[in-house]
Amino acid sequence: MDVLVLGAGVSGHTAAAFLRKKLGKEHNVTVVSPSLYYQWIPSNIWVGVGRMNIDQVRFKLDKVYRKWGIDFKQAKALSIHPDGNNSVSQGFVTIEYTSADRKGSTEEVSYDYLVNATGPKLNFEKTPGLGPANDTTVSVCSYDHAAHAWKELQKVIEKLKKGIKQKIVVGTGHPMATCQGAAFEYVLNIAFELRKQNLSHLAEITWLTNEYEVGDFGMGGAFIKRGGYVTSTKIFAESILSENNIRWVKRAGVQKVEKGKIHYETLDGEHHSIEYDFSMLIPAFSGHDIRAMDKQGKDISSKLFAGNGLMLVDAKYKSKPFEEWSIEDWPTTYQSPGYDNIYATGIAFAPPHSISKPMKSKNGTDIYPSPPRTGMPSGVIGKVVAQNIAHRIKDGTNEHKHTASMGRMGAACIVSVGYGIRKGLGATMTVSPIVQDWEKYPEWGRDLNATVGEIGLAGHWIKLFLHYMFLHKAKGYPFWWLLPE
Amino acid sequence: MENLHKDRGYKDEFYPPMPTRFTKRIRTNFLVQVYNFFRLNYKIMKIVIKGHS
Repeated sequence: MDVLVLGAGVSGHTAAAFLRKKLGKEHNVTVVSPSLYYQWIPSNIWVGVGRMNIDQVRFKLDKVYRKWGIDFKQAKALSIHPDGNNSVSQGFVTIEYTSADRKGSTEEVSYDYLVNATGPKLNFEKTPGLGPANDTTVSVCSYDHAAHAWKELQKVIEKLKKGIKQKIVVGTGHPMATCQGAAFEYVLNIAFELRKQNLSHLAEITWLTNEYEVGDFGMGGAFIKRGGYVTSTKIFAESILSENNIRWVKRAGVQKVEKGKIHYETLDGEHHSIEYDFSMLIPAFSGHDIRAMDKQGKDISSKLFAGNGLMLVDAKYKSKPFEEWSIEDWPTTYQSPGYDNIYATGIAFAPPHSISKPMKSKNGTDIYPSPPRTGMPSGVIGKVVAQNIAHRIKDGTNEHKHTASMGRMGAACIVSVGYGIRKGLGATMTVSPIVQDWEKYPEWGRDLNATVGEIGLAGHWIKLFLHYMFLHKAKGYPFWWLLPE
Repeated sequence: MENLHKDRGYKDEFYPPMPTRFTKRIRTNFLVQVYNFFRLNYKIMKIVIKGHS
């Protein structure tokens, strides 16, 4: 059997590793990824403040895949042909090489099972003027973006050292952007670094977010037991921002970015702008531009993908009001409803709806976070899909022995608040489940005993420990499979 | 001299709780944080194990 994995991020790499481990040598595992490198994205924050260099957060995939016996093709997927074409009946994917030696050449890679783990397309184009290509805002979504962000931040620090006041804006760059956690980490790390250099008094830092309340993080916020009270993550997040002298603008959907100025609309329908000398804004995410074709070459993309390019899986996509949402809407096996040998993992699968309550401005603009699916859930989903495919191949059944619903699994998010072995800080946040289960936990939506929100040096140690542990695992070092996702 | 904190009670950014000096010291106290490191890792592991079947 041939198993093809598109993408080598947290989810795709995990899926490929477990497929190779579970399947015998008579089966082929192929990975297609446009980058030669694996990157541990959570540590990009530290690249963005100069605490790590890019080689500390990435490594070359070809060496690891050679060791594991995985066929690696440095290429991007162009189209999926689930029914084959007029000459072949087996499904295949047309890829275009991105490696220097074969750049631009195409190939048809056939498969018996396909795992789409292509991750998000950083859709800067959805916000006019946004992103490094326009020389306006920076990004920390990839290691090269983070390295560029650090270069630009250094210019700001130099000006501050000369006594020139600087305006820094960090947050979300689209009304429906997600990944607030990463931007939140970055703004706190900037504040920490400036404080260490006694430059805080010259910097005006603003957190600009599409969240209804600060601390929503795309998961509708959470409630934490603390000091004899149950408090919202709004209090937790606002407290951290206040402590670091960061002001915030919430319920804001960025509409347009110019050099030095960000234009945004708020939920009350008003239009505002904010000036900046340095800004890091997370773009909208979408699926990659992969088309699906039938046997005759007719476009059947709507059978495989949602409108945003993310892949349809076993979720309940029927539109319904927020009040009727349930954890049963969320997928458990990540199998395509149209083709039972196709799966989508990590950010590549289309969620049934957001987790945060949808909000519309008076002008009809949707301003609320899309659901986050990074880190732990991406790894878990990748592993579960690999286990199910291996089981189907080995036992010849269509049974899915393993499931992973975001309405049942929890997540830990370690937010770096500053780097340093003795003076560093990290905010440890855990929730269980990720998507609120209002039937099981009618009062708070989640298990309060599993929900944590704490700041301390221990959080920094945990984040640093996870950095080395996950790179150890991804490199396939001894006992890698014992380490959790 | 003007006291910049005089209108604290009227600004959004001062409604959230602010940590006291004691709280800040505890955040970087080595022994407390070693204990927290293991306690929080245990909590995270419980979530991971429960998360998928």
